[in-house]
Amino acid sequence: MIVRKPYANPYAAGVALGLVLLTAFAVMGHGIGASGAIASTVAAGVEAAAPAHADANAYFRNWTSGGRNPLDSWIVFEVLGIFAGAFISAALAGRLSRTVERGPRALTRERMLWGFGGGVLMGFASRLARGCTSGQALTGGALLSVGSWVFMLAIFAAGYAVAPLVRRQWT
Amino acid sequence: MTGLSESLWLALFLGVGFGFFLERAGLGSSVKLAAQFYLTDLAVFKVMFTAIVTALVGLAALSALGVVDLARIELPRTFVLPQLVGGLVFGVGFVVGGYCPGTGCVGMVSGRLDAMVVVAGMLAGSFVFAEAYPLLATFYQATPLGPVTLPELVGIPGWAGTLAVVALAGGGFALAERIERRHVLPSPGCQEAP
Repeated sequence: MIVRKPYANPYAAGVALGLVLLTAFAVMGHGIGASGAIASTVAAGVEAAAPAHADANAYFRNWTSGGRNPLDSWIVFEVLGIFAGAFISAALAGRLSRTVERGPRALTRERMLWGFGGGVLMGFASRLARGCTSGQALTGGALLSVGSWVFMLAIFAAGYAVAPLVRRQWT
Repeated sequence: MTGLSESLWLALFLGVGFGFFLERAGLGSSVKLAAQFYLTDLAVFKVMFTAIVTALVGLAALSALGVVDLARIELPRTFVLPQLVGGLVFGVGFVVGGYCPGTGCVGMVSGRLDAMVVVAGMLAGSFVFAEAYPLLATFYQATPLGPVTLPELVGIPGWAGTLAVVALAGGGFALAERIERRHVLPSPGCQEAP
């Protein structure tokens, strides 16, 4: 039987993540991100499937102009690193498992539908806000960027406001 | 094929650290992430604000030592309304979906099928945004303030803003510990023998 190790102390893990972010600032000159790689993947997919359509779209042109490959960017490699690092940590701690995480009262099918819907909202919102919890809340938060703090406080406000409506999914 | 450039290797390496410690903290679990919004487990807040304070104070220290030039670090540009609305929509998506983009990648690779579905939704949502961009372009560019920090906006020195955030985080951590203690219930996994 695999023994699952307990999670790290949140403050210790936070310091470690902060040092990763600090290193990014010091050596790359910018912070870290995540949703940008998701958008790059979409841009690359549309560029491959319908190049004329991608070139006609003013938003995709941010990724594809000048014959660039949208996947040839730092954020894509950083997210590949996230996959590798998370896999290593989960494997070492015995936490690799093929499951659907949900609250004790939620049905799997329900959880998957809500999950997809929530993902659509976050994918859209991260483009509108020019980043997500990584590129805006964490990175911009540490740089005291005004827009990043607006974004972060709005996330918590909306999250707490809507939480009672989806309680069945989680508790 | 040429090899990866140095900067891409660097990004990959930093990503490994980011993913590793997100998983260590338990942020690859949607139930744990969502618990933030029911005040039963405030790890999201604690991890996030410890990381923010660490990077913020670290940057101030490296800048004071002359190791880092703050002017050369890319500060995200502020667009108040799209980032406010984006945050509100994102917050709804977060509590409904249970993962954000970074933690979704962590959950996915540790085998959480719900995380795969959430990330698939994010791909779809990004596609919808790009397709709707002609309609959204005006709002996307609305209320620009440029690259501006909170201390600059309020008109206080940068170090005062840093201290204020450190104090705010410290108060938040104390409050988070009190809230969590209120919710501690004996769960089957950690009950002591009678």
